[in-house]
Amino acid sequence: MGRFKVLKSLVVDSLDTITKGSIKYHIWMGVLTLVMLIGMYCYSIQLEEGLSVTGMTDRVSWGLYISNFTFLVGVAAAAVMLVMPTYVLKDVDFKQAVLIGEGLAVAALIMCLAFVVADMGGPSVLWHMIPGIGVFNFPNSMLTWDVIVLNGYLFINISIPFYILFRHYQGKEAKKSVYVPGAVLSVFWAVGIHLVTAFLYQGLQARPFWNNALLGPRFLASAFAAGPALIILVLAIIRSFSAFNIPDKTIKKIAMIVTVAAQINLIMLISELFKEFYAPTHHSESAYYLFFGLHGKNALLPWIWTAIPLNVIATIILTFNRFRNNLKVLYVCCFMLFVAIWIEKGFGLIVPGFIPGPYGKIVEYLPTGIEIGVTLGIWALGAFVFTILAKTAIGIELGELRYKKKETIEDRH
Amino acid sequence: MDRRTAFKKLTASLLIGAGAISTSCSTLASDDAKEKAQIDWEEQFKGNYKLMSDEEKQDTINRLMRSYELRTGKTISMTAENPAEDVLFGYAFNISKCQGYMDCVSACVKENNQDRNSEMQYIRIHEMKDGEGFKFDKADDNYYHEVPVEGHFYMGTQCFHCDNPPCVEVCPVQATWKEDDGLVVVDYDWCVGCRYCMAACPYDGRRFNWSKPEVPESEVNKNQHYLGNRMRKKGVMEKCTFCVQRSRKGKNPACVEACPTGARIFGNLLDPNSTIRWVLENKKVFRLKEDLGTDPKFWYFMD
Repeated sequence: MGRFKVLKSLVVDSLDTITKGSIKYHIWMGVLTLVMLIGMYCYSIQLEEGLSVTGMTDRVSWGLYISNFTFLVGVAAAAVMLVMPTYVLKDVDFKQAVLIGEGLAVAALIMCLAFVVADMGGPSVLWHMIPGIGVFNFPNSMLTWDVIVLNGYLFINISIPFYILFRHYQGKEAKKSVYVPGAVLSVFWAVGIHLVTAFLYQGLQARPFWNNALLGPRFLASAFAAGPALIILVLAIIRSFSAFNIPDKTIKKIAMIVTVAAQINLIMLISELFKEFYAPTHHSESAYYLFFGLHGKNALLPWIWTAIPLNVIATIILTFNRFRNNLKVLYVCCFMLFVAIWIEKGFGLIVPGFIPGPYGKIVEYLPTGIEIGVTLGIWALGAFVFTILAKTAIGIELGELRYKKKETIEDRH
Repeated sequence: MDRRTAFKKLTASLLIGAGAISTSCSTLASDDAKEKAQIDWEEQFKGNYKLMSDEEKQDTINRLMRSYELRTGKTISMTAENPAEDVLFGYAFNISKCQGYMDCVSACVKENNQDRNSEMQYIRIHEMKDGEGFKFDKADDNYYHEVPVEGHFYMGTQCFHCDNPPCVEVCPVQATWKEDDGLVVVDYDWCVGCRYCMAACPYDGRRFNWSKPEVPESEVNKNQHYLGNRMRKKGVMEKCTFCVQRSRKGKNPACVEACPTGARIFGNLLDPNSTIRWVLENKKVFRLKEDLGTDPKFWYFMD
């Protein structure tokens, strides 16, 4: 029973923490709430009218939602790059970053699930997907695999930090025997979620642009660049807005991970481009459409030609120690990389898969305002969830939230 | 307790509650409204058609027919015929006969109650230049001029009812499957609208209801099959079923019947005396994208 008392007290305390803060904090949360409300309004229109309010058609049947979903799975998987060194290799430098990384994974996964639900034609019958009461097409459909791995990863990333924080909240050390097996599992699981998501596309013989053995590995490389890049940016923000101590050393180590992953990603990009353009077949038409446009249709050109230079320049700058170790330059590079990979793994991957269509028809896709509204709403939801998680976690780690502390105060009265 | 009984109990208790609320809150709540509410509940929580017993199939088509009557005051006839034994449907298309008149397309739209607003069509007729072979990227599948045009030939595509259909593999909830007579069908009520099957189809055979499909009441084809031309909702997939409501009664699909040139041949592949067998045995036939290993049951040939 004692545990429930502590849990209740933790919930009350964290509610107290997340509702208090500086003016800036309140403005931030207020803006996020507003954007979420706008997103919900847009979604209500979509529920009423159907997916016809989006820019998707029978020719390009997945768009902005699935693009963001794919990218965010990568962000979620990236937490592993911090978890592994900290919990498994016992590299203490990362300890401060890992809780943040796992919080980011939780937020990213919640966004992934929200994007998938937003993309569904019939959200009211989604119970058909619940194993047991629905009919699951396992193991045939990669989508069922994805449902399992994403929810499993969400569970792991909630339970491990929760256990650690719950112990710290009571002023106790977390037991390694409890969380290390979970951390080891999460390392494999993270690779799993991203590989499975890649297989979702890779397994379709109908879409030559995706039906490509490099897709899975490239997903991993780009994820391990974009995810930790986002973690660096978040850590930088947390450093300047809270007393949470994150040493330069930690950030520089994560920067190393970003750099290596970005380099591998670039090599794979070159390999992909070589295959598509050195000896082009009709399977290369999607790549042609993406990079050069096809038959006068070129909606994606500005996107991809923003992404490629950002990607290349950021990777080159990061490669040099002198630049990488300059935090200001590092932050700019991380931002560039994040944007570049968001475009490449989002729009640049999903949309050309449908263009040209199975019979060569080229119909372009442009998201509508409603689609963009829902998307922004879901991103705001992610930021909101992350802020709440991070604020509570930081409070506990800094010792501001303590179960005993409260009791002793009560004792004095 | 299995899923079915669990749902039945859950539904029953919810119904009592919902019924009590609707009668107490509204003096206008008629028996019809209550019945409609009950039908909607049971429809919302029914199982996958593929796994239903014949009795359950009958129950759901009875509910759907009654629901249509309650909504529109008109009656429809809906069946749930299962595949006949020793039947495997196949289709052949004569590219030297097709003149691009598109009668098949309009017959299909009418027969299968497709959405008139989005002008959904299962069949696409591609107009191609003679002597260039199948250049789909240069073909026109959306023409409005007089046909046939000199120096062109026409070919139709639709769902090919593959023997190894990629769309069935990828569906996360088994809302689409291959029936014993080879028809690839969709349970419109079980589909969650993820459109994964659409991405997996190499033949552009699937259509999605991006908004609520609408057919003027006077144009509704009232001879329906659960897996075929019954009314669809928004947010679900649909596709050509070789007119399951006709083919399982021994008739030709609407497109075959409507074709003025006789370019379309349909029949039972297991019947050695069928025309389709004669075509396959005596003509030079080929299929599209055979390298993908989907084994379409749809052949092209020429005279």
